Amino acid sequence: MSQSQPVWWASESLWRKVAIWVTGGSLVALIFLTFDTMAYIKAGGINVPAYSIINKRVGYEFNEEHNRYEPVIGPDEPLFGKMLSEEEAKELVSKGKLNVQAKNCMGCHTLMGNGSYYAPDLTKSWLDPAWGSKEIREDQMVAFIMDPSDKLHNGLGRKMPRLGITEEEARATVAFLKWMSAINTMGFPHNFKAIDQSDPEPSASATVVETVDVMDTGGAADNAPAQQ
Amino acid sequence: MATLGVFDTANLNGGQKLAIKYFSVALALFGAQVLFGMFAAFQYIAPDFLYEVLDFSVNRTVHVNALVVWLLYGFLGGVYWILEDEAGVPVVGLGLANLIFWILTLAVVIVVLVYILVQVGPADIKSIWLIMEGREYIEAPRWADIGIVVSVLVFFFNVAATFSKGKYTGIGGVLVLDLLALFGLYLAGMFYTPNVSVDQFWWWWVIHMWVEATWEVIVGCIMAYMLIQTLGVRRKIVETWLYIEVAMLFGSGILGLGHHYFWIGTPQYWLAIGGFFSALEPVPLVAMVVHAVFDSGVHKLKSNNHPALAWTIAQAAGNLFGAGVWGFMHTLPQINLYTHGTQWTTSHGHLAFYGAYATAVIAFFYLAAQKSRGNVWMSGGLVGDWKWKWALAFQWIGMLAMVMALLIAGYEQSQVERAMEGATWMGYFAGQSHPWFIQGMNWRMVGGWFFSLGYVLLVWDILTIGKRETRPSQVLAPAAH
Ligand code: HEM
Ligand code: HEM
Ligand SMILES: [Fe+2]
Repeated sequence: MSQSQPVWWASESLWRKVAIWVTGGSLVALIFLTFDTMAYIKAGGINVPAYSIINKRVGYEFNEEHNRYEPVIGPDEPLFGKMLSEEEAKELVSKGKLNVQAKNCMGCHTLMGNGSYYAPDLTKSWLDPAWGSKEIREDQMVAFIMDPSDKLHNGLGRKMPRLGITEEEARATVAFLKWMSAINTMGFPHNFKAIDQSDPEPSASATVVETVDVMDTGGAADNAPAQQ
Repeated sequence: MATLGVFDTANLNGGQKLAIKYFSVALALFGAQVLFGMFAAFQYIAPDFLYEVLDFSVNRTVHVNALVVWLLYGFLGGVYWILEDEAGVPVVGLGLANLIFWILTLAVVIVVLVYILVQVGPADIKSIWLIMEGREYIEAPRWADIGIVVSVLVFFFNVAATFSKGKYTGIGGVLVLDLLALFGLYLAGMFYTPNVSVDQFWWWWVIHMWVEATWEVIVGCIMAYMLIQTLGVRRKIVETWLYIEVAMLFGSGILGLGHHYFWIGTPQYWLAIGGFFSALEPVPLVAMVVHAVFDSGVHKLKSNNHPALAWTIAQAAGNLFGAGVWGFMHTLPQINLYTHGTQWTTSHGHLAFYGAYATAVIAFFYLAAQKSRGNVWMSGGLVGDWKWKWALAFQWIGMLAMVMALLIAGYEQSQVERAMEGATWMGYFAGQSHPWFIQGMNWRMVGGWFFSLGYVLLVWDILTIGKRETRPSQVLAPAAH
């Protein structure tokens, strides 16, 4: 090959310019998309609910029209039987999120599929049939999070450690998990079979044995905040 | 000049002396990474191992943090290594740079000790400032983040000031701009929000924009220098290629970020944007292989540093397969819906990080080993060259065994846990207790032992290579083209 100037399409200066313009153009597009996306993912946005969603029943069902699973928001079903204002709900969920970070839950679990793969995904943990029934779920979750060491859920011998979680922290964590389960994650996880949350038949209500009393006492449905 | 074959820092320029320090810590942290990875891998097989002493979460966090830090140390070292050669003047502010090295290293040690000894904190913002942030790869507490930012500013000052005082080569210019972007991105991971969607949105800016954009470009720069050094390729050719690679890497990688915005509450249009642009990401990786193979061919593999060249070629191939092929396999949303967050991801994460980045840093270790012994002979017939060859072979056999075992486990997991069972708690454990999954975990452990042996050989080799050589380095004939 000769040492003369290369043909124009192989010249250094051309490719320097291309590199600069391509990078700049991609960045502008990304910044525009980022602003647009924020409208979807801020709390109370199009895909991410307000924190006070924890006052409601949250379900997860297949949507025929969109052809994917989506959260479904039902009637009032306040967490731990207590209706919260948006502010209070945010504070509680935030405490839960802080607990999730300070205990490094993502060191074993995934949240919305991101994290580690040693333990189940927590995106829809609130809706997991493994909690037994919707009546005992809240208490089950709090008890499990506080001391999982004697509650083996699989035949592998793999169990979650005690992380020194207080009852207050555990309750906040459940609030965070309930809130997260209401995020529209475009159908992930697919085919998830949620816990039965239908109301018991009126005639059958007397036979529900395990109804937790907090559910009955604090259900101040009359002061529910407007749903987003 | 000191005696050939004897380790003596008098053989090095100021930047290279500092680089040796960074490389030493990097090599040690690589060892910590392997050790804690072995703990975590063993816990898949024997869950009671170190239960409530060093839980899986602790081991895994140390494993991936050691990884990120040793690679960054390798890059910092790599940059200081080439700085004076490229700019043509001594490093500006070297005293400060040395001070920062010690401060940064002290901070790393404290962070790791806190991970291991304190592990968790109360549900309070203080825990995030002092103990751990609980966000994969960037778990380091906020105080350390701030320390990192300050250190990095000093580093950036060293590099930019040195190039400004001397001359900006093409490689130098790309490097400075890329470093600015790399460390600017770190800021995107430094805030707290209760909103998990917003959290993960910005978290991916750091993780993805590092490994699939800015780190690729750093490696492109360092490897460009490596090709000039070990093969004697002409600068003009290398730098033109570098611009082409930058255009392709950023053109696909920036919007390719969207392949992490499928399932985190982000809008549906990311399925199309992320799928499309990330599917193009392998293209520059093919170009990089073509470049490396072509140059090696033109120069008939006549190199003055055989181990460094071998690791350079391994880097090109590893990048293409680990990032390009393994990444492409699960990057379309139609597939990712089932593979997202399974052992597929682990399989890809290992081959990509190792193939693209660990290899590049190891190539530099060999350059440093050669130069610090007075530029000894490291071409054909090197005394004791079985060590570097077996180190390379054992590491790659181990890595490929782990990656294939994880991929098979991942296939099974995506079928059983995801497609059939729908990712419930029971579904998860149905997948985890399937014989194909358990076999995968056992074979990964076997691969891990091979890899560990390869690591030990590597350390031994780096410390001794060229020691018994008395010939000076091979002189490269000027390029034929
Ligand atoms: C050297 C470059 C690369 C490295 C080091 C790398 C590394 C990783 C790692 C570690 C993860 C897991 C992140 C986590 O922990 O959640 C990941 C995820 C992913 N990577 Fe890469 N990657 C690279 C390039 C690529 C490329 C070029 C593609 C596509 C063509 C790609 C596609 C993906 C996808 C789709 C995921 C998400 C997996 C999931 O949904 O779980 N990667 N990458
Ligand atoms: C003896 C060798 C190694 C063993 C036994 C090992 C083991 C492990 C284990 C058990 C995990 C946790 C995966 C999970 O959550 O299920 C992990 C994660 C990871 N390891 Fe390794 N590892 C080894 C070497 C390496 C090397 C050499 C690299 C890169 C240079 C690496 C990069 C990673 C990455 C990036 C992750 C996170 C993956 C993800 O989130 O998808 N590991 N490793
Ligand atoms: Fe990515």
